[in-house]
Amino acid sequence: MWTLPLLVFVSTVVLAIPLGLYMSWIFDGRYRAPRWLHWVEEQIDVGPRNWKQYAVALLVFNVAAFLVGFAILALQPLLPLNPDNKGMLAPSMIFHTACSFLTNTNQQHYAGEVHLSYFSQLLFICWKMFITPSIGLAALVAIIRGLRGDSHMGNFYVDLWRGVVYLFLPLSVVVAVLLIAGGVPMTLEGNAAVATLEPGAMGMDGQGAAKPQEVARGPVAAIVAIKQLGTNGGGYFGANSAHPFENPSAWTNVLTCLCIILVPVAQLVMFGRMLGKLTQAVIIFGVMLVLSAATVVWGISYDSLQPNPALTVQASRDYAMVDPASPGGRRLLNVPDLVGLPVDQSLGNLEGKELRFGTSAGPTWAAFTTNTSNGSVNCMHDSLNPLAGLAPLVGMWLNCIWGGVGVGLINFLIYLVVGVFLAGLMVGRTPEYLGKKVEAREMKLAMLAFLIHPLMILGPTGLFTVTDWGVKTTNNPAAHGFSEILYEFSSASANNGSGFEGLADTVGFAADDKEEKVPQRAWDIACGIVLIISRFVPIIAPLAIAGSLAAKKRVPFTSGTLRTDTLTFGFVLLGTILLLGALTFLPAAVLGPIAEHLGPLPFGN
Amino acid sequence: MLMQQEMMYRGMPIGGPSAEEARQRKLDRRASRRAGLFAPELLKAALWQSVVMLRPDIQWKNPVMFVVEVGTVLTMIFTAAQLMGHASQVSLGYLIALDVWLLLTVLFANFATALAEARGKAQADSLRKTRRETPAFRLVGHDQTEEVASTDLKTGDTVVVETGQVIPGDGEIIEGVASVDESAITGESAPVVREAGGDRSGVTGGTRVLSDRIVVRITASAGQSFLDKMIKLVEGAIRQRTPNEIALSLVLSAFTLIFLIVTVALWPMARYAEVYMQDYTGATEPVRSLGTDIPTLVALLVCLIPTTIGALLAAIGIAGMDRALRANILAKSGKAVEVAGDVDTLLLDKTGTITVGNRRATQFLPMDGYTAHDLGQLAAMASFADLTPEGKSIVELYGRETGTSSTALEGLLPPGARFIEFTAQTRMSGVDSADGRQVRKGAADAVVAHVQQRNGQVPAGVQKQVDAVAGRGATPLLVCDCGRLAGLVVLEDVLKPGMRDRFERLRRMGLRTVMVTGDNPLTAKAIAEQAGVDDYIAQATPEAKLGYIRKEQASGKLVAMMGDGTNDAPALAQADVGVAMNSGTQAAKEAGNMVDLDSDPTKLIEVVEIGKQLLMTRGALTTFSITNDLAKYFAIIPALFAATLPWLKPLDIMHLHSATSAILSAVIFNAIIIPMLIPIALKGVQYRPVGADALLRRNLLIWGLGGVIVPFIGIKLIDMALVSLHLIA
Repeated sequence: MWTLPLLVFVSTVVLAIPLGLYMSWIFDGRYRAPRWLHWVEEQIDVGPRNWKQYAVALLVFNVAAFLVGFAILALQPLLPLNPDNKGMLAPSMIFHTACSFLTNTNQQHYAGEVHLSYFSQLLFICWKMFITPSIGLAALVAIIRGLRGDSHMGNFYVDLWRGVVYLFLPLSVVVAVLLIAGGVPMTLEGNAAVATLEPGAMGMDGQGAAKPQEVARGPVAAIVAIKQLGTNGGGYFGANSAHPFENPSAWTNVLTCLCIILVPVAQLVMFGRMLGKLTQAVIIFGVMLVLSAATVVWGISYDSLQPNPALTVQASRDYAMVDPASPGGRRLLNVPDLVGLPVDQSLGNLEGKELRFGTSAGPTWAAFTTNTSNGSVNCMHDSLNPLAGLAPLVGMWLNCIWGGVGVGLINFLIYLVVGVFLAGLMVGRTPEYLGKKVEAREMKLAMLAFLIHPLMILGPTGLFTVTDWGVKTTNNPAAHGFSEILYEFSSASANNGSGFEGLADTVGFAADDKEEKVPQRAWDIACGIVLIISRFVPIIAPLAIAGSLAAKKRVPFTSGTLRTDTLTFGFVLLGTILLLGALTFLPAAVLGPIAEHLGPLPFGN
Repeated sequence: MLMQQEMMYRGMPIGGPSAEEARQRKLDRRASRRAGLFAPELLKAALWQSVVMLRPDIQWKNPVMFVVEVGTVLTMIFTAAQLMGHASQVSLGYLIALDVWLLLTVLFANFATALAEARGKAQADSLRKTRRETPAFRLVGHDQTEEVASTDLKTGDTVVVETGQVIPGDGEIIEGVASVDESAITGESAPVVREAGGDRSGVTGGTRVLSDRIVVRITASAGQSFLDKMIKLVEGAIRQRTPNEIALSLVLSAFTLIFLIVTVALWPMARYAEVYMQDYTGATEPVRSLGTDIPTLVALLVCLIPTTIGALLAAIGIAGMDRALRANILAKSGKAVEVAGDVDTLLLDKTGTITVGNRRATQFLPMDGYTAHDLGQLAAMASFADLTPEGKSIVELYGRETGTSSTALEGLLPPGARFIEFTAQTRMSGVDSADGRQVRKGAADAVVAHVQQRNGQVPAGVQKQVDAVAGRGATPLLVCDCGRLAGLVVLEDVLKPGMRDRFERLRRMGLRTVMVTGDNPLTAKAIAEQAGVDDYIAQATPEAKLGYIRKEQASGKLVAMMGDGTNDAPALAQADVGVAMNSGTQAAKEAGNMVDLDSDPTKLIEVVEIGKQLLMTRGALTTFSITNDLAKYFAIIPALFAATLPWLKPLDIMHLHSATSAILSAVIFNAIIIPMLIPIALKGVQYRPVGADALLRRNLLIWGLGGVIVPFIGIKLIDMALVSLHLIA
């Protein structure tokens, strides 16, 4: 039960330390590249940049990457490597997918094996999976340079190159080879045709012969490796890491689970090393570890240690409802009793789980994949017990427990700035972080970055709960349906990409894009907009903060200075994150998972 | 010399009503400090002002409270609609109660600001009493004067002020010396000497000349003087928001925006629940709850946005200025007070700050057959007429060592003795008795010359002994008796009591102290070590001070210093916090960003604490305001959905009476916490020099944890009160 999360935590930390040191070595440019790589680097290095130039380079590159990505998807039928002749995709789905993969989110309103050609998988998906985490990492590295007071923020293109070529490529090759050894396919051949054991199980063809079963396959190992390492999460198959070709065994499950948080943990080591202040990173690590462990323990406790309430005996209950028409103004609402089903529940809630990974693998993965902005899944989040489903939601709402590659720590720094501001005042000084005064300009930018997230989650959720776009697309009624809508926007705004599922949000091929697909189009477009805004505002604003801090004089450290590397400050951080998170999302949590947990289950008459 | 004169005047008894008056004024001021924060006359002024401030164009300046005001208007519109017969799911009484309490929230906030301003005004009024119109005698031509009103004086006018007259405006003495009673502004009854040409040439309008005649050049026209500016500042007439206040306002506005998003999004979410419950219960229309009732959502919004700190923010700033004023410090801007909290380095003058103003005799070192007792007697005889502190200290030391009372000491004097005064030429003083005995004491070389002149013997070891005394930071005086050297009197700088502890306290606050002295490096080092300061500037010239400040600032430190002379002006201007002494020159006062009316050099420490308190109070109340929200959620959220989703009842952990009582209790708590915290806002959170980490832990426990717990208790109590008073159905 607890072996899996413990194994993952311990081995991640062990691996993250050398990896983080390697990353700081790479991004501080202390390596000597082979001549041909060095030549490329010289070509793209246009010199050191200030924060504005860095941000502009980042944005320009992303616009270009969006256009190229959009073109690849839009031209899918005309491009090679399409043995199964995948057709033209619906425009809204192309827009959503282009946004989703540009923002390191990998929210999928499509199913890979159904809708994408090998060309799209390799040149769109796989390419984006390498560059987007590197873009996040580049932004983080630039911010670190600003915090430590470098005269410039570095060069975006060089940082991007370093991330892709020196970090993610070698790392992915190692993981992909291990995955292939674990049984994950790696081929460019089309679907395999297999004769079913029971003749005719797949139906008969026109000549009356039994149809073979079409088994989807492809270059899976390559994609799964970077999908996990780069907090991407977009599965090769629609079933993501629950699919036996993506995640065949308990061993590949541990490996891929570890890969989810490996780089996000290692970036803390890099942060401490590059700043030359390891204790700062240790405190942040401690806070993240507490939060991460809490979500894992919460998930397991309410899922693997609790039965599925829908299968359990429930007594009849009465609730008093206000009803002016009834005598006394009240009437009783009866929730009838529920007969338990003869199911062995000793292993907890098994609905939607892949038992080949072990019982706690589902909630553990669910916690890790939402702590980080990974978003791959190995169980059905829709089927988690209601309160267990809160764990992934909380991970995405806070969006700073490990977090996405690069951006996770950037998000954390926003909380940190807010914490520093309040705690700094309480020690009677103008707040300062790493010797730099935090003043109006920094706070303005920090609060801007901060309020985007609740705005992008609660706003659209509100909109979709009262319109047909949301109401008509949920597969479940009541609080659970609300959770489905809430989850989708949380996932989009956190750039996470995991799905609660149970939401009919797929338009499909252009040929399927009919009149009745309006709500699905709305999902594509709304999520696409949320994805873009929630990705770039919280990257650019902290870059600007770092730029403004870098320009400030460093204030000497005295005993009257607020220390940001103490246990006390760790509690300040923990308190700030939990309090702000609770204050922003508590009403939504109450109407979703908590109402579902406390209300009748299953819901309905 | 000046110091000596001043001490002489101070020693003089001052008769008449002016001293009495001054004492009375000082007592009044102390009483006003102690008097409750809610003195009736202040309350009256503040109450009216808080209604005036409801004007949207004024309220707009405080975004948090402006949102509350808009919300209040919105609920009032709903109330009016219901009065006109529009059906609603909530009772009219509930709506009216909401209107009243929301309005009270705004009024309480305005009241806090108005009260702080009224207190400032009251303080300013007591200062303004000194600004009453007085007749002034303006010099016209060479010796002619004309009488004009003080309010008609312009910069550059010269006026004559004679004994008993009030100085008509801020200015600089260009001719004459006078003792001036400054009790009107400082509350200190002892008069001070002001004279032309030195570092003590500045005079303040409203103070009274006690003796002599001076000619003053007015440096600030009526209404533009230092005091006038300060009065405007404390009255809030020209209140500029400080950088930190701006940053905090931004944070508060952002929180307001976030909670606006939360509340607005809640309506459709609640609607969704109402619709699915319609299906579930088979009702004919959505199962309504307070979650879609707009006035209730306004109440939720008001409870969530940081109204507590939003209401008190302006008051905290004004109170900071006010506290400075109560410490007799005139700050030129709120920013100056705020910056004081960030100061890293304090430049303190040795004399008067670290040591008691003057050197004191500490030891008699006899020579050539004299005993210490003989030497002491001789030195005391030579010093009877010497009214300088040094001279007095010799007599005191002798009295102390021999146990002789001062009257008995008088008996030592030979009859018919003639006193020889100290002059700059002879650098000796002493006494000649009728029988021709000459006793002298004075600077070593002067006395040696005196002895040699009278063909006396100068023992070989004397010079060595003199050097040894000088080498440890003390001043040697030689005493001779009829041309024969009797020994050495050692004068030493005496540290003020408790300075070591004070510097230790400063060090714990994170401040470095630097002693500034004109002494040679050796002496300076010795005293610096004794006093326990972190660094010293010896043989300090104005350039050296300026250079030191620049060096500190280059390494990112903020420097505070105090000065009085014109040559301090550049350093005062360069320092981040420059406190000019009120006794100082106009140039110094112009250059600094604060003026200390008491001219007390240890005031810097107080200034720093006031600055820190200001920031801490803001931080503490912001934390309190935000942590309060948790309990309010637990009161309001179950209430919002009680009618629609009855199974959310377990979330109502406070077991409040009903949905409407829960919401009203939260709103009432949110409102009354504002006046309850006004005293904290005005007095400031207590600062303790225990280091940042301990301070943070303490404030987190009180304001963070306290902020989580207190509202749970408060809301429950209010709910119980509402029920027991039958105010709620």
